[in-house]
Amino acid sequence: MSAFTNHFLFEFKTGIRNSSAMLMLYLLPMGFYAAMGFIMVEINPGFKELLIPSMIIFAIMSSMILGFPTGLVEARESGIYRSYKINGVPAISILIIPALSVGFHGLITSAIIALTAVPLFDAAPPQNWLALLLISLLVVFTFSTLGMLIGVVSSTSRAVVLWSQLIYLPSILLGGMMIPLSLIPEAFQKVSGLLPSAYAMQAFQAYAFQQETIIEPWVTITVLLASGILALALSIFLFSWDSRNDSRSKSPLLGLLVLVPYVAAILYTTF
Amino acid sequence: MDEYAVTVRNFTKKYGEFVAVDDLSFEVQPGEIFGLLGPNGAGKTTTLECLEGLRLPDDGEMNIQGVDPQREPGSLRNMLGVQLQTSGLPGSMTVEESLNIFSAYHGVQPRTELLSRLGLDEKRKTQYHQLSTGQQRRLSLALAVNHDPKVIILDEPTAGLDVSSRSELHVMMQELKSQGTTLILATHDMAEAEKMTDRVAILLRGKIVATGSPRELTAKGSGMTKVSVSTENSTLFEVNNTFPAVTHKSIKEEYTIYFSTDPGPTVSAILDHLAANSDSLIDLRVERPSLEERFLEITNVGGTE
Repeated sequence: MSAFTNHFLFEFKTGIRNSSAMLMLYLLPMGFYAAMGFIMVEINPGFKELLIPSMIIFAIMSSMILGFPTGLVEARESGIYRSYKINGVPAISILIIPALSVGFHGLITSAIIALTAVPLFDAAPPQNWLALLLISLLVVFTFSTLGMLIGVVSSTSRAVVLWSQLIYLPSILLGGMMIPLSLIPEAFQKVSGLLPSAYAMQAFQAYAFQQETIIEPWVTITVLLASGILALALSIFLFSWDSRNDSRSKSPLLGLLVLVPYVAAILYTTF
Repeated sequence: MDEYAVTVRNFTKKYGEFVAVDDLSFEVQPGEIFGLLGPNGAGKTTTLECLEGLRLPDDGEMNIQGVDPQREPGSLRNMLGVQLQTSGLPGSMTVEESLNIFSAYHGVQPRTELLSRLGLDEKRKTQYHQLSTGQQRRLSLALAVNHDPKVIILDEPTAGLDVSSRSELHVMMQELKSQGTTLILATHDMAEAEKMTDRVAILLRGKIVATGSPRELTAKGSGMTKVSVSTENSTLFEVNNTFPAVTHKSIKEEYTIYFSTDPGPTVSAILDHLAANSDSLIDLRVERPSLEERFLEITNVGGTE
């Protein structure tokens, strides 16, 4: 087997062997999905329209924004990257292979949600399954690269929690996942414009569920794609093998450049 | 191409204002086992980590088999094997997976016989976090030699190893040397350095303060041979007479220890004394100064040779 295959299979199995990874990849998203399906749909039947896309985004976000970067920082802190480097593992593999593995797990949870939400919770079914798949892939790409960037720029696990929560909690509250974006007050919609979950929800609603959206569909796709490409490029540029090594020559604040597509989208929709 | 397997010239490394390694130069011959000795903080690991390409030197040149570790890291990986002092593998990675993954990255077949030799055969399916410290060190060693590198760096390789594993490591080191592999060994274990290395360099505060073969280094010391004697009636305890070539004596448990510049006449006089005093010998040991004693002598003085 090739180095890539060996490494990918190991990373994929880690998602099942490691209890922390299992929690973030499966238990938390599926538990939250079950709770929302049983309770939220009962309280607010209108939530059926949002259940599938919001729970897919939640699952992907939990694994890639909360779980994935923590693993990257812990690996760097415990000297795993040093072992990788002296054994010839390239930096790109260290970043890309775990991202692909986590993305694969994310797609599995997304598939479980998409296939069970209609029979279990009477959720609104997708009108276009291919679009659902393609947008899920795009959302996995956007969030996995964002998680990668958080892992690269964070010097400690505590920094990961800070950066992750800056995305995670606002995404749940203002990203259109619990309340449709159109119902969020206009002032807060500007904040929503900085959140990838808002564009992901709008993209799912426009293409897979063929619902009305307040952001032009092409803008949602463009922002998610541009953000993913930018986060990937910044992650590779800012990658550091060893936190105990020399002080970083590149400022981690450069990571904030990932906000450029979101700011551009806010400016575009404003003017 | 450089005649040396490893060359370090005028290497300097600073951490802020602190100079960890100061203008260090040394060479290692192909097929040599070269020891880097020094107390904690002497700069051994810093030097090795720069050679391994894990840190950037502030000044100077480094070369391993004609490759600059900083400029050609890709070329370095296949010719260098490293057992790091502090490193890790993912906790959930099994022994077998680590060998397979790193072999694949080096483009070689995994040498599973290494696992048998290092006592890890039954641990193939065991995850890294379930291995003991000694087993983790042995796995690290297996990974360092698996791709048959020309130069191997071993940073405290026997730390945490039991006696049989330590012995197996020493056999492996001799085998590697006989195959022409160059080894750089950083260790705190002076007996190991004395036994295994062809040459050593003693580092102190980032500078080499002594270099040479263990025998050369010990010969350059105070030159005292230790003569330890234990007798039936302990008649030597009370004797104040000095034997030939003895500079001073001490008593430790049942032994009287003489430090002699010429052990032949000393031993002969001691035996004569015992015969004259109707005392009989239980134990007599003649030991030339060890590398450890020489090391302590050098590092306590703190000066250069």
